[in-house]
Amino acid sequence: MTKGFTQRHLLGMEKLSREEITTILDLGERFLEIADRPIKKVPTLRGKTVINLFLEPSTRTRTSFEIAAKRLSADGVNFTASSSSTVKGETLIDTAMNLDAMNPDIVVIRHAQAGSALLLSQRIRAAIVNAGDGAHEHPTQALLDASTIRAHKKKIEGLTVVICGDIDHSRVARSNIFALHTLGAHVRVAGPRSFLPIGVENLGCQAYDRIEPALEGADVVMMLRIQLERKAGNRFPNTREYARYFGLNPRRLALAKPDAIVMHPGPMNRGVEIDPGVADGPRSVILEQVSRGVAIRMAVLYLLGGGSGEEWSKS
Amino acid sequence: MPDILLRGGRVLDPAREFDAEADVLLKDGKVAAIERGLPTPGKDSKVIDVKGCWVGPGLIDLHVHLREPGQEYKENIETGTAAAAAGGFSAVCCMPNTSPPNDTRAVTDLIVQRAREKGSVRVYPIGCITQGQKGDALADMGELQEAGCVAVSDDGHGVMNSEVMRRALEYARSFRMPIVQHCEDSTLSAGGAMHEGLASTRFGIRAQPAAAESSMLARDLELVVLTGGRYHMAHISCAESVRLIREAKQRGLPVTCEVTPHNLMLTDEACAGYDTFFKMNPPLRSASDQAALHEALSDGTIDAIATDHAPHSPVEKEVEFEQAANGVIGLETALALAVELVGAGVLTPAKLVVRMSAGPAKVLGLPGGSLAPGAPADVTVIDPQAAWTCDPTRFRSRARNTPFGGRAMHGRAVLTVVGGTIVFSDERFVV
Ligand SMILES: [Zn+2]
Repeated sequence: MTKGFTQRHLLGMEKLSREEITTILDLGERFLEIADRPIKKVPTLRGKTVINLFLEPSTRTRTSFEIAAKRLSADGVNFTASSSSTVKGETLIDTAMNLDAMNPDIVVIRHAQAGSALLLSQRIRAAIVNAGDGAHEHPTQALLDASTIRAHKKKIEGLTVVICGDIDHSRVARSNIFALHTLGAHVRVAGPRSFLPIGVENLGCQAYDRIEPALEGADVVMMLRIQLERKAGNRFPNTREYARYFGLNPRRLALAKPDAIVMHPGPMNRGVEIDPGVADGPRSVILEQVSRGVAIRMAVLYLLGGGSGEEWSKS
Repeated sequence: MPDILLRGGRVLDPAREFDAEADVLLKDGKVAAIERGLPTPGKDSKVIDVKGCWVGPGLIDLHVHLREPGQEYKENIETGTAAAAAGGFSAVCCMPNTSPPNDTRAVTDLIVQRAREKGSVRVYPIGCITQGQKGDALADMGELQEAGCVAVSDDGHGVMNSEVMRRALEYARSFRMPIVQHCEDSTLSAGGAMHEGLASTRFGIRAQPAAAESSMLARDLELVVLTGGRYHMAHISCAESVRLIREAKQRGLPVTCEVTPHNLMLTDEACAGYDTFFKMNPPLRSASDQAALHEALSDGTIDAIATDHAPHSPVEKEVEFEQAANGVIGLETALALAVELVGAGVLTPAKLVVRMSAGPAKVLGLPGGSLAPGAPADVTVIDPQAAWTCDPTRFRSRARNTPFGGRAMHGRAVLTVVGGTIVFSDERFVV
């Protein structure tokens, strides 16, 4: 294990120290360079088995983890099913015990319910990566976001970062609040009051129920996807009204610092939470987030797969 | 049935304001005498030295789920009442959400008969308010009462329709039957798996606000004003509900309530590990709600401690938190937790007996709750010093879903007598 990161699993950002986060970010920087090589592959995790257990649909995150595993030469296997497979009689614990019998080294899990990654980690020998558990955490998203911010702003400490939208349903928001707070940023969350979970300030952020005051002087603006599939729809009248009062358009973006960057974890509802002109505009770093996602996930798989820091720095 | 002489205990009979060291003689299934230095009865009798113990009327649990008929894989009347006896309870009231639900005389008959054959303690069935607990048409309350039901409840669900609730209060009033309401506005709780607050925000668990409980209670209290119906609120869990009940009692409304041991002992922070043994409905609330419950238990706003003993099998609990069934068992831990509250100054020994025996008896008009000469010989002997560790594998209950596994406990029942028959005794008394 690399010095600075001693966790056996990556279940969330809440419990990670600044040193641990920085270790992952630094390693992610080094892996980023592999994407530019003609042969985008290193032998680091050869012989290791990584299972992508995606019990909630997410093509993007799964693909990102798959590519990360392949670039490290690990054997990746996808296990995709509906979370409701319990209806057929198989519980998550059954699935875990079956996977454990196949002796994988790392299991990446995406699941519709909070706490599922923790539950899996209690029942299986492999290292667990939480790729999103309900509305709880999505740590690799927060890490890739931090990596993107750091690349553009050279530091994270002291920055003002605004997270806008459906905070209550968002694991991305929770992981980002925890991570950015630990890294010393001033985090603001903003959205209609019906999207702000009770006591969110206690997580280490300030809450705003309109986005204009939150955007003032911001270095980073992170828009969240309105999760219409999670019944977010009854928390606001309609998407047209949402866009009008809470969407990020050029006029609102002008309230932020002139060099503020715009982020979105994807997939976007264009014209709802984000104006297409802003999404594709010069301050958008949305596609860079995606490329950094692969590098960060390589770093995480590498650290949990038992790769040694020295070995990599020599290569 | 041999006579039983309990010698030298501290007799607590708050219903008669009695609290003194005395001997208790039980004869022919009744309390015969309470006096110091009673003579040793004949040679067929049992004399038990209970020095250092509290001797009180048998504990009564207003709210248990015995799961029979229909869900015997979780619990049945035999195992559930054995657990009750071991926990010091001489009587339990069983909720009607069985399969089929107890909304007809045939189901009540079956429960009564099974309890007579297999039960260790008295079983008082509670029937449904509405047919199938669906919240629409009233159940046959008169016939349910005739068959042995002592109250009606749709426990597990609140009665959402205000008109149905009004008519239930009115109709049940003709039979002097209390309505036991599970207060939960299901449109507001919306399947929330824990209390909505700082903890749920951190854990990302779908949550329900305390207002889902208190708003239905507030509506119900207006309906009590309208109808004069006798209303008992099951498992009160939040500060707002405490305020409403306190005000209603001050106004003289015919209203009572009960609280669970787990809501008294734990808060929503306990859900941090996503352990499904901390998932129940109503959920564990905030620390300030817990403090309000303690105050209300102490000042009498809360009439009774009731376990909401809800056995589940691993099938329902060894799953993701949000998917897990609601409910925890409590019959074999409730008394020790109440003794813990005596240690914490929330209760006194006499108040403990009121909240677990005399109070519940009064709420539903049940026999028991006192050691007056001539009363049924339902007696619980409590060793308040007994130190033990909660080991769920040793429970009489068929279920293991307790949030208190491994907890260091102080105090336990060492003898439970029902109608003059010993139904549970500690190893120390060879009887
Ligand atoms: Zn209930």
